[in-house]
Amino acid sequence: MDLNTAWFLLIGVLLTVYAILDGFDLGVGVLHLFSRDDRERRLNLTAIGPVWDGNEVWLITGAGALFAAFPRVYATVFSSFYLAFMLLLLALIFRAVSFEFRSQVDSPSWRRLWDWAFGLGSLVPALLYGVVVGNILRGIPLNEEGVFTGSFPGLLNPYALLLGLLSLTMFTMHGAAYMTLKTNGELRERMKQWVSRAWVVFAALFILSTIATFSMSPYLFEGAPGNSLWWFFLLLFLASTVYLPLATRREKYFHTFLASSGSIIGLIGLAAVGIFPRLVPSITDLAFSLTIYNAASTPRAQTAILIIALIGMPLVIAYTAYVYWVFKGKVELPEKGY
Amino acid sequence: MELDVVLLSRLQFALTIGFHYIFPPISIGLAWLLVLIEAKGYRTGEQVYEQVGVFFGKLLGITFVVGVASGIVMEFQFGTNWATYSEFVGDIFGGPLAAEGIFAFFLESTFLGLYLFGRHKVSRKVHLFSTVMVALGATLSAFWIIAANSWQQTPAGFVVQHGRAELTNFWEAIFNPSTLLRYFHTVNGTLITGAFFMAGIAAYLLLKNKASDAAKISLRYSIVFGLVASILAPFPTGHEHARQVARTQPAKFAAQEGLYTTQERAPMLLFGLPKDHPPEMRFSIKIPGLLSWIAYGNMDATVQGIDEFPEDERPPLLLTFASFHTMVGLGVYFVFIMLLAAVKLYRKTLWNSPKLLRILVWSLPLPWLANQAGWIAAEVGRQPWIVYGLLKTRDAYSITVSAGEVLSSLIMFGLIYLLLGTLYIYLLVRNVKRGPEPLQAGVA
Repeated sequence: MDLNTAWFLLIGVLLTVYAILDGFDLGVGVLHLFSRDDRERRLNLTAIGPVWDGNEVWLITGAGALFAAFPRVYATVFSSFYLAFMLLLLALIFRAVSFEFRSQVDSPSWRRLWDWAFGLGSLVPALLYGVVVGNILRGIPLNEEGVFTGSFPGLLNPYALLLGLLSLTMFTMHGAAYMTLKTNGELRERMKQWVSRAWVVFAALFILSTIATFSMSPYLFEGAPGNSLWWFFLLLFLASTVYLPLATRREKYFHTFLASSGSIIGLIGLAAVGIFPRLVPSITDLAFSLTIYNAASTPRAQTAILIIALIGMPLVIAYTAYVYWVFKGKVELPEKGY
Repeated sequence: MELDVVLLSRLQFALTIGFHYIFPPISIGLAWLLVLIEAKGYRTGEQVYEQVGVFFGKLLGITFVVGVASGIVMEFQFGTNWATYSEFVGDIFGGPLAAEGIFAFFLESTFLGLYLFGRHKVSRKVHLFSTVMVALGATLSAFWIIAANSWQQTPAGFVVQHGRAELTNFWEAIFNPSTLLRYFHTVNGTLITGAFFMAGIAAYLLLKNKASDAAKISLRYSIVFGLVASILAPFPTGHEHARQVARTQPAKFAAQEGLYTTQERAPMLLFGLPKDHPPEMRFSIKIPGLLSWIAYGNMDATVQGIDEFPEDERPPLLLTFASFHTMVGLGVYFVFIMLLAAVKLYRKTLWNSPKLLRILVWSLPLPWLANQAGWIAAEVGRQPWIVYGLLKTRDAYSITVSAGEVLSSLIMFGLIYLLLGTLYIYLLVRNVKRGPEPLQAGVA
C-alpha cells in the first residue's frame, strides 16, 4: 500500500467513526424534536452529554487530516460548498451551546428554544452529511485545473438530496438504536418503534439511492465485481441491515446498535471502494478529478502526520473507550445536570 | 461600492477568531487553577475545595462549549475562505491542525465530559487525573495552533516548488524561530486570564458575602498564580519574544514600536499617535536608547525603522502600534494589581479591602482585552503578508467564492456571535450571582 492509499484509508476511517459516533448523537437530536415531555428530553441530553463533544472531534480531526494529506481537496471542497459549510457551522454552533445553555435557566420557553436549537442543529448536519457525500459521488463541476465552476443551487440537486435523506434516516435509526441501550420502559418501547420505522424508510431509500447511483455515476461500479473489498462491504451492509430488525425484536439492543453501526460502515465502505483512487470526481470530465495522487501533499508531509496519527490514535481510542465504559448502562436523571 | 472578497474574508476571519479567542484563554488558565485546587482537595479531603471545583467547573463548562462552537469555524475557514492559501501551505499548515485534533482536542473534550459528569462515577484519583488531562489538552491544543500560526510569521523547514510551499523538515517547520517564544508568551497570557477570571469572581462573592470560605480559597490561589504569571509576561516571555520579532520581522517590530526611521540609540515610545503616508509619529513620549537595548541588549545599537521597507510591505501603522501599546500597558497594570493584592493577602488585610476587591471584579475582562490586543499586534503587524515574505494576503483568498456569499456569512456570524456573546455573559453573571452550591452537611 502506498502512502497516498494509506491516507485515503485513514481519512475514510476518521469519517466512518465520525458517522458512527456523532451519528448516534445527531440521531438522538433528531428524535429530540419528537420527545413527549421534559423528562424525556433530559434523558436524551443526559444520554449523550458526556460524549457528544468527543464524538464531534472526529469530524474536526477529519477536516484537519484532509487539510494535511490532501490540501487541494480540502481547499476545493470547502470553498466550493461554501454556503453548505456555513449552514453546517450555523447548525453545529447552536447545537453545541444548546447542551450547556438549556439546563441553565428553569423556564419552559427558554428550554423550548434550546430544544429546537438542539433538534434542528442535529437534523441539518445529519442531512448535509449525505448531501455532501451525494455531490462527491455524483461529481462536481471541476475544470481541467481542478477549479470548481458550479454554483450553490447546483449542489442541491435531487440526487444529493436523496442521499441527504438517506443519511438523515440512517442517523435517526442509529440514534434510536443507541437510545434503546440507554433507556427503559415506555421510552425504550418507543425507541424500538423508531428503529423499526426508520429501518423501513432506510431500506426503501437505500434501494432508490442504489438505482439512482447506477444511473448517475456508473463509474462507481467499474471494477467492483472483481474487488473482494467491495464484496466484503456489501455483505457487511446486507447482513447488518437484515439483522437489525431481528435483533430489535429479540430485544438484543446492543446487537441492534452494532448492526446499525455495521450498516454505516458497509455503506461508507461501498462508496469508498467505488470512488477510489479519486477523492473529488469531476462531473465535467472524470479525467479532471482530484485524486489521491494529484491532490496530495508531499510524501514527507504525509509521512510526518501519519506517524503522529499512528502514535496518537490508539491513545484516543483507549481513553474514549474508557469514558464510554464509565458512562455505560441506563441513563439516570441526576438532580443537577441537564 | 464594489464589495471586495478579500476585505470581507479578512473581516470575517478577524471577527470569528477574535470571538473565538475570548474563550480558550479562560479555559486554559482556569483549568490549571482547577488542577491545583482539586489536587489540594484530593490531598486534604476538605469539602470546600470540591465546592470551588464544582462552581468553577460549571463556568469552565459554559466557557469551553462556546469555545468549541466557535472553534469549529476556524478549522473550516481556511478552506472555505482562503482556498489559495490552503493549497499553498497545505503541506505544512495542515499537519499541526490534524495533530491538534489527535493530541489535544480529543484529550480535552473526552476528559472534560468525565470531569464535569463523572465526579461521583469514578474514583477521586481518576477524577483528579481527568482535571489534569483537560488542562493538558487545552494547553497542547494551543501549542499546535501557535506552531501553525508561527510558521506564517517565520516560515522555516520548507522550499517553494510546484507553486506551493513544500515541507523539507518537519521539526524545523514546527519549531520555527518564533514558535516557542510565541507559545510561552501566549500561554502566559492565558494563565493571567484564568487568574483574573477566578479572582474577579471570587472577589465578587466575597463582597456579597456568599460562600466566603470558597471565595477566600479561590482568591488565595488565583492571586498567587496571577502574580507569578503577570510578572513572567513582560519578563522573560514578552521580552524574549520582542527580541525575536526585531530579528525575524523587523517591519512588524518597527510598526509595533512606532520607529519610523532607522536609528542608533533608538527610543522606546511610551505614548504616541501614528499617522500613515508618510509615516509620522505625533505627541510622542520617548525614552532614548531603550528600544535599542530591548532589541539588541545595547543602548547604541541600530534598529531598523519602517522607512527601510517598501511602502507595499509595511503593516498598517496606527492599528499595530495602538494594539501593541494597549497590550503592554495592560501588562504593567496586571503586575501592579496582582502585586498589591498579594501584599494585602500576605498582610491578611485583603478580606477587608472592598476597594481592591471591587477593582479585581472590574479587572476581570482586562486580560481578555490584552489577549486581543496582543493578537492584533501580531497578526496585523504581519500584513500585508499572510505568510511572511512568501504570500500576500490579497493573493490568498478563495477565487470561487463570491463577495455576496462572504457578505451573507459575515452577517450570519455577526448575528450569531452577538447572540452567543450576550448569552454567555448573561449565564456567567447568573451563575456567579447564584454562587457556589452550599456544602452538604455530613458528607465526608
